[in-house]
Amino acid sequence: MGRYTDNPAAVAALVRGSEVHRDVYIDPEVFKLEMKHLFANSWVFVGHDSQTPNKGDYFTTQIGDQPVIMVRHTDNEIKVLYNRCPHKGTKIAIDRTGNTGKFFRCPYHAWSFKTDGCLLAIPLKKGYENTGFENAEGSRGMRAVGAVKNYRGFVFARLAEEGISFEEFFDGSLSSLDNMVDRSPAGRLEVAGPPLRYMHKCNWKMLVENQTDTCHPMVAHESSAGTAVKLWEELDMPEGTPLPPAMEIIAPFMSAYEFFEKMGIRTWPNGHGHTGVHHSIHSNYSAIPGYFEKMVEAYGEEKAKSILDENRHNTVYFPNIMIKGPIQQLRVFIPLAADKTLVESYIYRLVDAPDELTARTAMYNRMINAPTSIVGHDDLEMYERAQEGLAADGLEWVNVQRLYEEDEDFDTEKVENGTTERQMRNQFHAWVKFMTADMAAKEAAE
Amino acid sequence: MSVTRDDLIDFLYDEARMLDEGRYDEWLALWLKDGHYWMPLDYKQTDPIHVTSLMYEDIFMLKLRVERLNGARTFSQKPKSRCHHVLSRPFVDEIDNEAGRYVTTTFMHYVETRLDEQFLLALTARHELALVDGRIMIANKRVDLLNSDAAFGNIQLLP
Repeated sequence: MGRYTDNPAAVAALVRGSEVHRDVYIDPEVFKLEMKHLFANSWVFVGHDSQTPNKGDYFTTQIGDQPVIMVRHTDNEIKVLYNRCPHKGTKIAIDRTGNTGKFFRCPYHAWSFKTDGCLLAIPLKKGYENTGFENAEGSRGMRAVGAVKNYRGFVFARLAEEGISFEEFFDGSLSSLDNMVDRSPAGRLEVAGPPLRYMHKCNWKMLVENQTDTCHPMVAHESSAGTAVKLWEELDMPEGTPLPPAMEIIAPFMSAYEFFEKMGIRTWPNGHGHTGVHHSIHSNYSAIPGYFEKMVEAYGEEKAKSILDENRHNTVYFPNIMIKGPIQQLRVFIPLAADKTLVESYIYRLVDAPDELTARTAMYNRMINAPTSIVGHDDLEMYERAQEGLAADGLEWVNVQRLYEEDEDFDTEKVENGTTERQMRNQFHAWVKFMTADMAAKEAAE
Repeated sequence: MSVTRDDLIDFLYDEARMLDEGRYDEWLALWLKDGHYWMPLDYKQTDPIHVTSLMYEDIFMLKLRVERLNGARTFSQKPKSRCHHVLSRPFVDEIDNEAGRYVTTTFMHYVETRLDEQFLLALTARHELALVDGRIMIANKRVDLLNSDAAFGNIQLLP
């Protein structure tokens, strides 16, 4: 036991209004507590149900540090099971995706389980007769997580058996997911190919904070977006020449501070929030022929317009995903250690919409978020420099004070100037809440 | 003019050397204007457009990529990366002197380094080459990393 374990007061003291103690990023004990409390008690993204379209299809991933399998059961529902044989601990599946048929079979001793985790058979089972096996933990099969919710194709799970409901946890923030899905004339998304996988030697929260950091693009990305704008100007195209798709994507990164100030930031309770309330860097993409007509056919003109007029930039779903509704992208920041994070960037196809939209989304993903991306390179450089810099003993606090106000209330939805760091503070408010909730309960019970 | 197997192989070695020595203006001049550098994300990927790739770049994007490397505020290149290609003998898959079209496959080891870090990639490069005004040029280039689906840190130069 260290300084923070079973010590909710010490954990809460790591966040003080406009500053955050460096231990939230660098301390291995805090990281372990995040896995045990924060990731267990909140609703964490697992996958999209189109990754497992058929019965027996599975997908392996992790919730916090917990290995899990997402699988489509024989009743067509999505189940989320811990990826661990109840016998000796062997991971049941290790490929990222596959089909297991009607049951999982452990490759070590052939214990088998239904796709809801129930124990199906053990070879030579008579060896367990009269041993009290029926009372053993292992007799109950593979364990399921506490709760699962499939929201319009997006599968979330809460590891804890008891806790906040899905609806209460996300509440008004679901409007961003709704808008992303509504952009399909069929109201349905399908995953488009495997995700980018990008390893970051930094804390996962640096990535989450960066999603609503609107004062970094014109600085950190000057080398890519600024150079792009310069090269385009040097081509000296006739006035009115439409920007090629790549320029449509990258040029807005160089927008002035005023653009970002005016785009607005909205925060919701429990750490969720988004940039781009009024407009965003995705607002001025050119129309794809035939798409609007399909939307009107599906929703009627008024609703189609209201869906497409929404151009939210980044929506953070606390704790660790970001979605971009206008381009159907989802990035998950998977914590591996205090100083190690795996970023997976998925894209989705809008069912019944023109393929050109998927092409733009795929272009965005590779241009901005690939390990080979000239934009991603400078982001990662900043995170890794910060991770190393935080070791400096001269200063212990990280500043998140931009447009800070005394006694901020994070329990109600609020819209603010687009350069505020309020969403970062909102995340840390939720961080303290979900880190300490069951720590405090335990303390009270003792 | 008739291009020989040796001409093609020399071309591929020269190209790799340009990349290793950072002679990007010369390297860009090897490309046809409508060419693409494609680095798939998935093993045996067939579609560069509608699923994610690691790279699928036209000449404008390639020019932007190499121009950025020398920028005053290119923070991830302070200090600069260096790279090193080791080629095995290229396979010349197609020689069509009449059409001026050629296809080669080359297995390479690629090493990139910056500060105290260094990593190794094994890759297969497939070149579509064309003869234009007596010069061999790159019509398209596809680079398949052996572990294209692995989680990478920054890959900053050109494998």
